[in-house]
Amino acid sequence: MTAPQQQPQGRPVPPKTTLLRARNLVQEFPVRGAGGVKGGVVHAVSNVSFDVYAGETLGVVGETGSGKSTLARSVIQAPRPRSGEVEFQGTDLMKLRRRDLKQARRQMQMVYQDPFGSLNPRWRISELVEEPLVGYGEGNASTRKRRVDELLDLVGLDPSQYARRRPHEISGGQCQRVAIARAIALDPALVICDEAVSSLDVLIQAQVLNLFEKLRRDLNLSYLFIAHDLALVKQVSDRVAVMYLGQLAEIGPAEGIYRQPLHPYTSALLDSIPRIDPATGRANKPVSLPGEPPSPVDPPSGCRFRTRCPRAQLKCAEEEPQLVELLPGHQAACHFPLTVPESELPPRPAGATQAAPDASVAVG
Amino acid sequence: MRADRTTYATGDAYVSTGMIDSRAPAEAHRTPAAPGEPLLTVEDLRVQFTRGGRRINAVNGLSYEMVPGKLMAIIGESGSGKSVSSRALMGLLPGTATITGSIRFDGRELIGLDEKELRKLRGGDIAMVFQDPARSLNPTMKIGAQISEAVRAHADLDKKGVQARAVELLRLVRLPAPERRFHEYPHQLSGGMRQRVMIAIALAGEPRLLIADEATTALDVTTQAQIMELLVELRERLGMAVIMISHDLGLAASYAEDVVVMYAGRAVEHAPVRTLFSNVRMPYTRALLGAIPALEREPHSMLPVTPGQPPDMSALPQGCPFRPRCPNATDKCLEHPPFLEHEPDHWYACWHPAGTELDTAPEVTAAVAPATAAEAAHHSTAHDQGAAQ
Repeated sequence: MTAPQQQPQGRPVPPKTTLLRARNLVQEFPVRGAGGVKGGVVHAVSNVSFDVYAGETLGVVGETGSGKSTLARSVIQAPRPRSGEVEFQGTDLMKLRRRDLKQARRQMQMVYQDPFGSLNPRWRISELVEEPLVGYGEGNASTRKRRVDELLDLVGLDPSQYARRRPHEISGGQCQRVAIARAIALDPALVICDEAVSSLDVLIQAQVLNLFEKLRRDLNLSYLFIAHDLALVKQVSDRVAVMYLGQLAEIGPAEGIYRQPLHPYTSALLDSIPRIDPATGRANKPVSLPGEPPSPVDPPSGCRFRTRCPRAQLKCAEEEPQLVELLPGHQAACHFPLTVPESELPPRPAGATQAAPDASVAVG
Repeated sequence: MRADRTTYATGDAYVSTGMIDSRAPAEAHRTPAAPGEPLLTVEDLRVQFTRGGRRINAVNGLSYEMVPGKLMAIIGESGSGKSVSSRALMGLLPGTATITGSIRFDGRELIGLDEKELRKLRGGDIAMVFQDPARSLNPTMKIGAQISEAVRAHADLDKKGVQARAVELLRLVRLPAPERRFHEYPHQLSGGMRQRVMIAIALAGEPRLLIADEATTALDVTTQAQIMELLVELRERLGMAVIMISHDLGLAASYAEDVVVMYAGRAVEHAPVRTLFSNVRMPYTRALLGAIPALEREPHSMLPVTPGQPPDMSALPQGCPFRPRCPNATDKCLEHPPFLEHEPDHWYACWHPAGTELDTAPEVTAAVAPATAAEAAHHSTAHDQGAAQ
């Protein structure tokens, strides 16, 4: 995978430094059947490679079970991935021992989906925001208090009003601000947001999204922004990676993914989003993607999307497609990407590649 | 939705011949609402809970009408009262709730009905599908047993008849391989398939009104489109009315014919979908529309911000509940705006509706223009900025 040098509109791009470099990440979990006897393996993340550049936001979008959260956890080594390389600021995290890993992690912080679940309900907001500073032995009590006030200000919470409160005394959106204050307390280079705004109502979500944007500009943060909502991901990202069943289907510039999707799955995802044209107020009727996502325990051979793909051919069942750069900085893993017009596809052998939709049963 | 187990008469002949066919005779002895007559009229519905000595006004005078066969969406954020009001309709609220106002279904007043009458109605004429299909199904019972239970509650069939009808319902909701699924447990099905099963159970009583309470919220976007298409198709085939309760304006705009927007327990805007979205009047609806991350927006653009939080339902602000967050608010708004049909078919409750000469919003920046960083996260007090377009 080569580093994309140019954005599609030809905008000049300053030279990029790679902050996070992941190569061939594999994460698998054993599953047990009834009575703990029968074994299978969930192929949660299979051979995923990507880069995050300094100051950039990489969005990761995917449906339930696509492995996007597992991917984030593999990056921070919690738990360590089965195999692959994770290089963060030039250090290979896979080889680090516990103490060194802790030091590396101060530069990458996470914000999770459930704002209440990720904050200790018995602690005051000030204690919650101070905790990472204490954990890494930063400053003394008075400098820490100053830093806490500064952080609360940064995330738009008035310290005099909120510092003494506990999580249940503030709203979900405010809790998420506290979680963000914790994440940026140690001046990280990378913040990993795992569905960080998904549980918020749309007006509060807009406030928090703007906060992420402001912090990115003010603190020169990089984000790995994970969400199931493609429109939301596109809103905050420079580049977007689309995951399907543990693999990258497509990765490219945010605008390019939206204007010219290359992978049929990305296109289907775009079509299934219910949306209103902001200019006319008219709705674009979503087009559904037939079938069910297959089980990650027993993913289809070849291309994992072929069982639902309208363009699938025999080749798709036999050969696993690799990520190929089809447009500048824009890669897709597809034998018959959307750059190939329908008319130039080889004639489809009837029923050869379409598995019966019922053959797929999702687990859990 | 668990229907009560009723004993089935074993001697009865197998009468079910198909969803559509079996519906016809049932329809005959019903008195269908006359065309144009509302199927459902909600008038000044109020629901209060008392919790920890505080009175929470979950619904504060909700009114709407619905004609048979309509697909109506009720839109609102968490705590806007959208779910509570539809649960009131089903008689599903706990005893601690005080319900006043009027809910007339097909000419019959539902508030004050006794439990026995309500039970007949629930799952019969009015059925409901909930958000989380995994938690609505019993994990220890096979799909077939759960759907049969619902069939038996509404039809007097023998064992074979019940099974045939259950499989037929599963086929109606397009569950793949229904005969096989009949003998499977909920955990063997995907989220989308489970929701299909829930819809099949809801259809067992041949409802005239189906309430889908965030029925696709827990599903992936590709599955969501499948389930919505199914609901639209079933509505046409079975002639039932559907109320979809959702927080997703885009979803409502795509599928509903009528949209009711709720805020702080009231309807604040109600219109046919085209009218509403081409002619948004209520500043709250406009704010909602502006805050949705749209694919058309530039990456890293700032979203228009509505400051503040939804109101505390135990201490509502004086006058219009949206006043503290509204860019149009004036002193006039301290007086409660009535919910009126200001334009044909277009109801709203606002003193300064958007897009009219009464619109007092400061000149708004284009929604897609990147805002300055300072404009971002200002919170709760800022009134001058973040007007939504």
